[in-house]
Amino acid sequence: MALIEDIRDFLDETGSITKFTGNFFTNGLKPRFEVKELLAQCYSIGYKSLPLIGLTNFIMGLVLTMQLRPSLLKYGVESQLPVMVGIAIVREIGPVIAALIFAGKIASSIGAELGSMKVTEQIDAMEVSGTNPYKYLVATRVLATTLMLPILTILGDAISLIGAYIGVNINSVTSLNLFFAQVFQSLTFSDLLPAIIKTFFFGFAVGMVGCYKGFNSIKGTRGVGISANSAVVLSSVIIFFIDLLAVQFTNVFGLN
Amino acid sequence: MENSTQTEPKANKIIPKGEPVIIIEHLYKSFGKNVVLKDFNLTVKAEENVVVLGKSGAGKSVLIKCIIGLLKPDKGKILVFGNNIPELSADELDKVRTKIGFLFQANALYDSMTVRENLEFPLRRHWIGLKQKEIDKMVLEALDNVGLKNTVDMLPVELSGGMLKRIALARTLILKPEIILYDEPTTGLDPVTAREIDNLILKLQKKYHTSSIVISHDMNCVKSIADRVVLLLDGVCYTEGTYDELAQSKDEKINQFFES
Ligand SMILES: Nc1ncnc2c1ncn2[C@@H]1O[C@H](COP(=O)(O)OP(=O)(O)OP(=O)(O)O)[C@@H](O)[C@H]1O
Ligand SMILES: [Mg+2]
Repeated sequence: MALIEDIRDFLDETGSITKFTGNFFTNGLKPRFEVKELLAQCYSIGYKSLPLIGLTNFIMGLVLTMQLRPSLLKYGVESQLPVMVGIAIVREIGPVIAALIFAGKIASSIGAELGSMKVTEQIDAMEVSGTNPYKYLVATRVLATTLMLPILTILGDAISLIGAYIGVNINSVTSLNLFFAQVFQSLTFSDLLPAIIKTFFFGFAVGMVGCYKGFNSIKGTRGVGISANSAVVLSSVIIFFIDLLAVQFTNVFGLN
Repeated sequence: MENSTQTEPKANKIIPKGEPVIIIEHLYKSFGKNVVLKDFNLTVKAEENVVVLGKSGAGKSVLIKCIIGLLKPDKGKILVFGNNIPELSADELDKVRTKIGFLFQANALYDSMTVRENLEFPLRRHWIGLKQKEIDKMVLEALDNVGLKNTVDMLPVELSGGMLKRIALARTLILKPEIILYDEPTTGLDPVTAREIDNLILKLQKKYHTSSIVISHDMNCVKSIADRVVLLLDGVCYTEGTYDELAQSKDEKINQFFES
């Protein structure tokens, strides 16, 4: 019986998230546009995440390089190190690390912020003040996350490659020019494009899940905590699913 | 464009004293199996203060949230200035809402905004095209009304409970509403501050000729404010009358509110 209940809850939740998301396309993109709030959100969301995404990407680039070297050395292709690392970073590590950090930092903060606004009736107060809370709070945040994550990913990729460059230089001296020449020689448009396209979906998922969890927060401080926490968990899981779908798509379209 | 039809507050057509401004007929509202309102009726006349009494969980907040359109009733009519609230479109509802002030039970001030931004929010949203000068003037006037001009650049977290209540009241009044719905304006305040709030409500009502529904458990507040008292019990309007009529009632269900 408990299992049936669980399944029903799961389907209920899936249905209501779908409806909440559908609202974005039917209502969220119509006027009046909350441009000021959108810009404020873009600034705060992008700015808040950049240091952390930069740091983690830098470390990942460095560590990845150091870990790969022994294997490549074994097969005598150490010179391919920049190529390998470049592809790994641009296609997978960069986007996924950025998205997961984004989920941890932004989904939770949106979930907590909107959750506490919900339980203290600030969202109701907005509604009686002639403001559609979905447009003002949800549409702006979702657009901001969707637009900011690709930018953050590109910046993160660049920082990660610098980490990789330092990793390469620990054992052998390579000039920055040569390193990047090698990286970009092997990288093609079809490596970069799908990787960036998927980050739009990652960003959308992070914003949407954060807002959904916040808007459906249950009363009390515990409710706000639960919202923030489940926003991170759910958006992280969704990021991996999108990643899985994305790799299937690129396969089908022969971009691999 | 949605929400932006109004540019300036239109000169309000004054409704003569004694004419009904809110008419609630056969209102039903339940949440799942929890039946909150069943066949509730109430009429509020212009320039009248109606106090709604009722136990915790009786559905008082639900009632006024239905009036402002935050909750959709299952059945029934809610006429505010002749507009049936549950049937209005979002735009029409926004227009009616400019004439209704709503004081939330827990204030619902935006905690990420300063007092000034809190007060500006309804102004900027409802009346697009106001000049900054006019906005500043109205904000200061509203704060002056509640005696808190000096808090204008503070954040809600920096203020005490009573001050928050008064700021929330100022935000409610800034659009000069014709109807004000107060959800427990004095609960959780010390008796002195509570009396101050009562006096403020009365003073503002005299000044702006508003009609109001006040939810309260505070019998001092009820006594000083109420023109008429309504008892919400088991989802219906159990009885109504003046404070004195109800206070002298022999009915135990009414009596329990007036003891102590
Ligand atoms: N959004 C909601 N969803 C589900 N149930 C609700 C909702 N809002 C109120 N209720 C239920 O409706 C009933 C009435 O709630 P309401 O908040 O109106 O009580 P109240 O009379 O204002 O009490 P109090 O004096 O404690 O504020 C309660 O049983 C409550 O659980
Ligand atoms: Mg209440």
